[in-house]
Amino acid sequence: MFLSIRSRLLIIALLAVASVYFLFPRNVTLRERGANGVMRDTVVTRVPLKRGLDLQGGMHLALELDQSKQVSSDPKRDLELALTVLRKRIDEFGVEEPLVQKVGDDRIVVELAGITDPARAKAIVQRSAFLEFRITNETGALEKALPAMDRTLRTLGIKGEAQPEKPSAVQQLLGGDTTRPAEADSTRPAGKTKPAAGKDTAATADTGAVPGGVLSGLIQPAGAGGVPGEYMVPETAFPRVDSLLSIRAVARQLPRGVVLRWSAAPTSVGVQPVRFLYALDDQSIVTGRNLVDAQAQLDPLTSGPIVTFELDRAGGRKFGEETGKHVGDYMAILLDGRVQGRPPVIQSRIGRNGQITLAGRGLQEAQDLALTLKAGALPIPLKIVEERQVGASLGSDSIRQGITAGIVGTALVILIMIGYYRLSGVLAVAALALYLLFTLGGLSMIDATLTLPGLAGIVLSIGIAVDANVLIFERIREELLHGKTVRLSVDEGFKHAMNAIIDSNVSTVLTALFLFQFGTGPVKGFAVTLIMGIIASMITAIFVTRTLFMIWLQRRPALSTLSI
Amino acid sequence: MLRLFGNAHYDFIGVRRFAYGVTAALLLPGLLFLLIKGLNYSIEFTGGTLLQVQSQKPVNVGDLRSGLDREGLHGAEIQNFGAQNEYVIRARVAKPGGDANDTQATAEAVRSALDKVLGAGNYTVVRTEAVGPKVGGELRQKAFLAIFLSFFAVLAYLAYRFEWRFGLAAVIATAHDILATIAFIGVLRLEVSLTVVAAVLSMVGYSLNDTIIIFDRVRENLHRYKHDSFEQILNRSINETLPRSVLTHGTTLATLLALTVFGGEVIRPFALVMFFGVFTGTFSSIYIAAPVLMAIEKRWPGPAARGHLAQKKAPAAAPSRKPQTVS
Repeated sequence: MFLSIRSRLLIIALLAVASVYFLFPRNVTLRERGANGVMRDTVVTRVPLKRGLDLQGGMHLALELDQSKQVSSDPKRDLELALTVLRKRIDEFGVEEPLVQKVGDDRIVVELAGITDPARAKAIVQRSAFLEFRITNETGALEKALPAMDRTLRTLGIKGEAQPEKPSAVQQLLGGDTTRPAEADSTRPAGKTKPAAGKDTAATADTGAVPGGVLSGLIQPAGAGGVPGEYMVPETAFPRVDSLLSIRAVARQLPRGVVLRWSAAPTSVGVQPVRFLYALDDQSIVTGRNLVDAQAQLDPLTSGPIVTFELDRAGGRKFGEETGKHVGDYMAILLDGRVQGRPPVIQSRIGRNGQITLAGRGLQEAQDLALTLKAGALPIPLKIVEERQVGASLGSDSIRQGITAGIVGTALVILIMIGYYRLSGVLAVAALALYLLFTLGGLSMIDATLTLPGLAGIVLSIGIAVDANVLIFERIREELLHGKTVRLSVDEGFKHAMNAIIDSNVSTVLTALFLFQFGTGPVKGFAVTLIMGIIASMITAIFVTRTLFMIWLQRRPALSTLSI
Repeated sequence: MLRLFGNAHYDFIGVRRFAYGVTAALLLPGLLFLLIKGLNYSIEFTGGTLLQVQSQKPVNVGDLRSGLDREGLHGAEIQNFGAQNEYVIRARVAKPGGDANDTQATAEAVRSALDKVLGAGNYTVVRTEAVGPKVGGELRQKAFLAIFLSFFAVLAYLAYRFEWRFGLAAVIATAHDILATIAFIGVLRLEVSLTVVAAVLSMVGYSLNDTIIIFDRVRENLHRYKHDSFEQILNRSINETLPRSVLTHGTTLATLLALTVFGGEVIRPFALVMFFGVFTGTFSSIYIAAPVLMAIEKRWPGPAARGHLAQKKAPAAAPSRKPQTVS
């Protein structure tokens, strides 16, 4: 490689220009959701070096199929399906350069940079978004089944609630007298606001003393003017009732064709929050699979947020038929198995278009719902098995600290090199500057992501990068001490140092490759910067420093001592 | 010209038994400590939940702890992190009753404890890490595998470039470095995070560098000084490369110092481990790698002409395995 000085300089200049080109700030188009909820494109100018989540803030999630409630018959296919759905959702969510990726056989990784509302992002990722419509049960199926359910519970040895607040909540709520045991009331028709559980000295009465009536004490028909098939449960008792109802022997007491579903959120009735429970047909008349479009809007009448939707042709036909059959009945809108709002009455046959009212919730939530509905339902719910989240301020702190450390470290290295090697040290420092430029340019070229460990890796590599120069310089010194001429010493020094430089760098690259292979985001970034740094340091030490020496020796052909 | 340790003639190999003693005296108690106390794995490896919180007012750690206890998160670690009002909370146990691999329940429980103790809105969570035990276990396995495999890759490379004797000696020296570093991590109770594993692997690379540079000189001197004993050649090679070692370690330590002081809390363990690695790497290159190479050479004499072993044989038998230079 004894190229002329001119062609060597040309190559160095080309490399430098290429690095600058790759680092030059350029326009990047971002797709963002504007304040009005509409996606728009914005253009920003910045250095095209990607920052990892730990530097710019953001969220990393690893998700797996959650089969605790619903078992997947074909996990592979379901994961692929979930991947497609998540891609659509994230795309609509409007984050810059999101990553949605399958990792291994059973995991999906989602990376969202620079998000400000992690809870919302998690909700969008995790929501199954399975929409369905069902007619409410009008036969009083649950009231009829309640005594049998209570008897089942008693044979199972489950007695009245030990915590007094729960029955008394019902008493407060319904404001009735408290003298009659719940058992007697359990088959009462809807409409009568009769008390429910236990005696007024609830604390003593309920510790197992009530003869049965666990469920009938807690579940009350919604009362006059209510929707058929609607029941209420004090919010405080909701988890317990839910777990009791999910006991298989209890659930079996319901007649065939009827299922129970909870409302999505508690409602305030009087002073106490209650949760509605609905008895519904087990067949849905139409589901979100038939949905082609969904939009968030403000209801012109109530100015509350609504989501309007449009069904495809087949879905529209089925919806029309079914609603035509059920005029006068009530229809529950379910999202992920929870009833949204109170079921409206079907006033006439409904076609392809409908709307979901989200009472008491914000427009943003309506937008998120529309987004997830449009992207489709997840086949199986997902659970988050790993979450990493870094605030943007912490990220910018890290960058600042990394840059400070880099500047101080570089200054120290420059001091040592020039102090020790004098003029040759200056050449090494010039090579070091090019080294940094090449490393960053190279990272930008391969579109690598800069992470916090990566930043530390760059700072560390400044210290290590001079090693090649040190090896060469020491070798030149040795040759000089052996009494060789300056020119010969330089040639010999470069020649002999080469083996050591190559062997040591290759072994470092080998360890870095293993690091890359096993690491997650931040550590991968470290490995990449390490490898790029080694390549750049080989180029600068072997090629750039050599060229600088050649220029030096050419200008001073008669040089008898070397400042080294 | 300023030259540190130029023309040095230290008898490194002669004092090798003393050096072995030093190694044993440091390494054995360190490893014993490790056996008793174990390593302090980060939640990335054990599974668990970490929240880094900035509060507006100073936090009473006792209050916070009892708040976490009330949520069922017993034994959570609360640690001051850099600034006075900045804390890291680590819960390694999952919220009782939940699926441990579903990380959300525990994170929610920590937040709800914070809401109760500090009041919602009085604090910001600047970092969250929640890892299920399954993910953590996989990661731990992968980390060990990475260290183990990189070992063999380096061995294979050195066997190709030098010969197996050199490769084996280098790998034994590296094994020493890894053990010493792990003992160091254990004694200092540093948290073994992914970043620390990255530091260990970088340290391996750095220490190997050092060993290779000495070995490279050994290879060269074997050809040059055919009548010296192997011990003399080793000593000469170490002494000749000493100025380089001093300077490179100097610049590396300078940047590590900058990282330790200015790099922030997340990077500090990385810098500390590397700091230690520079020292143990230097030590092992001189006192482990070179003497081990000599021991291997005695036990299984190489086919190559090697110092005094070759004196009786024909020097022409030396297969010149010297690779082509690039320049």
